[in-house]
Amino acid sequence: MSRKSPADIAAGCIRCGFCLDACPTFKLTANEAESPRGRIYLMRHVLDAGRPMDAAALTHLDNCLGCRACEAVCPSGVQYGLLIEGFRARIEEEGLRPSAEAGARGMLLDTLTDRGRLGASLAGLSMVAGILRKAPAMPGLFARLLTGGQSHEAAVPLSGTGRSGGHLPAFTAAVGRARCTVCLLDGCVMSVLFANVNRATAELLSHCGCNVVCPHSAGCCGALDAHAGRRERARQRARALVDALECADYDVLVTNSAGCGSTLREYGELLADDDRYAARAAALGARTRDISEFLVELGVEPPTGRLDVTVAYHDACHLAHAQRITSPPRALLRSIAGLALVPLAESDLCCGSAGTYNVTHPETAAALLERKVANIIASGASVVAAGNPGCIAWMREGLARAGSTIRVTHTVELLAEAYRRGASQAEA
Amino acid sequence: MLRADQVLTDSVEMLAYECDAYTIHKGRPDVVVHPESTEQCAAVVRLCARMGVPFTPRGTGTGLSGGATPLYGGVVISIMRMNRVLSISPADLRLRAQAGCINSTITRAVAPYGLHYAPDPSSQTACTVGGNVAENASGPHTLKYGVTANHVTALTLVLPDGSVVELGSDADEPCGYDLVGLLVGSEGTLGIVTEVTVRLTPNPREVRTLLAVFGSVDDASRAVSRIIAAGIVPCALEMMDSMIINALEDAFAMGFPRDAQALLLVELDGLGPGLDAETADVSDLCAEHNARSVTAAASEEERARLWFARKQGVGVLGRVAPNKVTQDGVIPRSLLPEVLARIRGIAESHSVRLCNIFHAGDGNLHPCVIFDERDADELRRVLVANEEILRLCVEVGGSITGEHGVGVEKRDAMPLMFSEADLAAMRRVKSAFDPAGLCNPGKIIPGPSAEAAPP
Ligand SMILES: Cc1cc2nc3c(=O)[nH]c(=O)nc-3n(C[C@H](O)[C@H](O)[C@H](O)COP(=O)(O)OP(=O)(O)OC[C@H]3O[C@@H](n4cnc5c(N)ncnc54)[C@H](O)[C@@H]3O)c2cc1C
Ligand code: SF4
Ligand code: SF4
Repeated sequence: MSRKSPADIAAGCIRCGFCLDACPTFKLTANEAESPRGRIYLMRHVLDAGRPMDAAALTHLDNCLGCRACEAVCPSGVQYGLLIEGFRARIEEEGLRPSAEAGARGMLLDTLTDRGRLGASLAGLSMVAGILRKAPAMPGLFARLLTGGQSHEAAVPLSGTGRSGGHLPAFTAAVGRARCTVCLLDGCVMSVLFANVNRATAELLSHCGCNVVCPHSAGCCGALDAHAGRRERARQRARALVDALECADYDVLVTNSAGCGSTLREYGELLADDDRYAARAAALGARTRDISEFLVELGVEPPTGRLDVTVAYHDACHLAHAQRITSPPRALLRSIAGLALVPLAESDLCCGSAGTYNVTHPETAAALLERKVANIIASGASVVAAGNPGCIAWMREGLARAGSTIRVTHTVELLAEAYRRGASQAEA
Repeated sequence: MLRADQVLTDSVEMLAYECDAYTIHKGRPDVVVHPESTEQCAAVVRLCARMGVPFTPRGTGTGLSGGATPLYGGVVISIMRMNRVLSISPADLRLRAQAGCINSTITRAVAPYGLHYAPDPSSQTACTVGGNVAENASGPHTLKYGVTANHVTALTLVLPDGSVVELGSDADEPCGYDLVGLLVGSEGTLGIVTEVTVRLTPNPREVRTLLAVFGSVDDASRAVSRIIAAGIVPCALEMMDSMIINALEDAFAMGFPRDAQALLLVELDGLGPGLDAETADVSDLCAEHNARSVTAAASEEERARLWFARKQGVGVLGRVAPNKVTQDGVIPRSLLPEVLARIRGIAESHSVRLCNIFHAGDGNLHPCVIFDERDADELRRVLVANEEILRLCVEVGGSITGEHGVGVEKRDAMPLMFSEADLAAMRRVKSAFDPAGLCNPGKIIPGPSAEAAPP
């Protein structure tokens, strides 16, 4: 496939405006410069006319959530994600940001993408957030965000009660005859803050007949870096991961984090200019599947355990827009007996979490969260399911602040619980 | 009057408002405002009137003729924050909405009552009902159900001096001058529409959607002429040519045959036996004109998929070339095969890339010329070819615009269709509403009023 230059990608925008109503920042402001079409126009100005990027243009590009809702509806196939990531890289590489802010952003990303540091430095992070945050801090928000906000007790028991850390075993055998071997990444944020989701994923895969390998040498995939424009750092991480996974023996690489999955799938693009890695990176991308999509493709028996809950499904941006995965998670949820899946208005409108956006742009993120919370409450659901850790933590925070008892969980946790109940009924 | 967040002045933001979906002419505003009510909108207009500053209404900016481009700067009045449905009366088949309400939002809002809003431009998920009123927008289903003008019964209008008037009524038979009729299609030059009452249409009992595949554009256009001549009124009759088919295949893998030269999408509605007979007639007429196949959509999903293809059909062209100009000529349907062949000839003689996706049923052609505006020579050739295509449409007794408006794009082609006396009458209407010439100046009417920049 021939690669398009950023100028060519931007030129593909025919200004039809079909993306405007999908764009969260445009919905909130009605400002053309806060719309995909407007942002592309500003980028085009810089690309075609070779004009330097001024501070105001930078603000509009910075305000973009990177949710890629625009890309999913664009009839002209404009690869907006590539375009904005390229611009973000340029902003970083050309040092266009004030240095205190750049430093704080850097620290935040380093910490979030480094397991060891993340576990140890919640306090330091609140300080970083203070520098980036233009509005007064929301009490306790950041700490809760980072701990996954598990403040309420589960009405439906959730998988794994462990709240901090803990690696997955290097190998988990399939229950029964193995159908295939799956590699599961332990991730960065996931392993520290969402260890229970990782455990539920491994359990679920094993229950569905997959051997699960989890190479501990594999580190962060670089998603947060790539989305934030730290492309070199993302490339380093990508190369390391490609190397690490080549030693492992597996059929499919499965992720339960939408942000990681979309980045892994685009590894070929990220390392396209690296002769040694380009092909291997693309091959790794081609072997990557989101857990929901993988289970549907594999074709699994529905769980026999019942879960009598009303669930609303939230479409994480990097699942619905970047990977276009919307029906598999819903199909899996519907396969659970007793579970009622109710529609969620604006289910694919970004919740505002968007990587580190909720720290760098607290006001917009809070406005989107409020809108999400209102839609969730109106849906009548008692549980919200989603496929991305950032969204889960952020929506938990929003619901807690609204005084709601609605719980937010990963799709995988509900499935694992249904299988677990089925298994214990069979034993009893 | 307005909050700070309702007023934009930063030069980067102004850049974003310098054109709509038509990019050949540009004009940068000095200020953009986002009123949230009729009163706020009127207050802004009054201020402009007092200070002699030009102002231009803007919806989503999906216009294809530069209507929302502020040619002389001044204030762009964006109605995008006035986007609410105000009331629905299913029994009276009426809905009232703010002008910034997105077209498809209306149909979604009334779907529970088994109703819809009939004018369905391809841009319906994006464009506003105010923009539709201004452009008298139409869509595939216009063939049977009529254009925007047939579906708007009342308006709230901010006149160019800032006063507010209510035009029309909810009744089916209006009395007095038909000012709603005058406003529809006035392209934002007579005032700013802030609220609209539209007529709702009951969903058809039964629909049949046919896809006919042809090996030549000629055959397909002859089939269209024959269907119309046979007295059949499909609710939609759309044609797409091979460049569109292939772009759609690249984009969405629709499953259309890539070697087909033309597709006809024909939709018929009505009741049981009559509908079956008409469907059979259309199939036969297509077959008589060498259709390779004629298939009916077997399910609602399949039908939705065909319409999705049609509505994305213009947008997918961005995959083929960076810029496009969509022409909008209307011609007598009986001349379809001949005119299409001549347009092809024009494109070839100027070496421009051209494709066709259009409302064949009402003779509303949309030859799309695609190009790269960064290539100055190609741009020049495109402009020449465009002009020739317009002349051709007028020559065969048609019109230079069916639904996209005159705007700035076709302003200077108006004398092709109208005499100086005709244009003078239009100018008098314009100055009756807008004596100071501040409301969207430089649009529609060529000549003195267009050339002279306002004070
Ligand atoms: C891909 C694509 C497909 C299209 N398909 C069709 C089609 O099938 N049929 C069709 O008819 N058109 C079509 N169009 C053209 C366009 O969508 C329509 O003209 C639409 O009505 C414009 O609405 P808007 O809200 O975008 O208005 P804008 O583009 O913002 O404005 C259009 C004009 O209306 C004026 N205006 C806007 N709002 C108001 C108001 N409240 N009061 C007074 N004046 C106002 C503006 O000044 C301007 O002159 C298409 C466009 C695109 C990009
Ligand atoms: S939908 Fe695509 S082509 Fe249309 S304005 Fe948005 S980015 Fe541009
Ligand atoms: S990525 Fe999201 S926020 Fe950014 S322009 Fe696209 S839709 Fe808007």
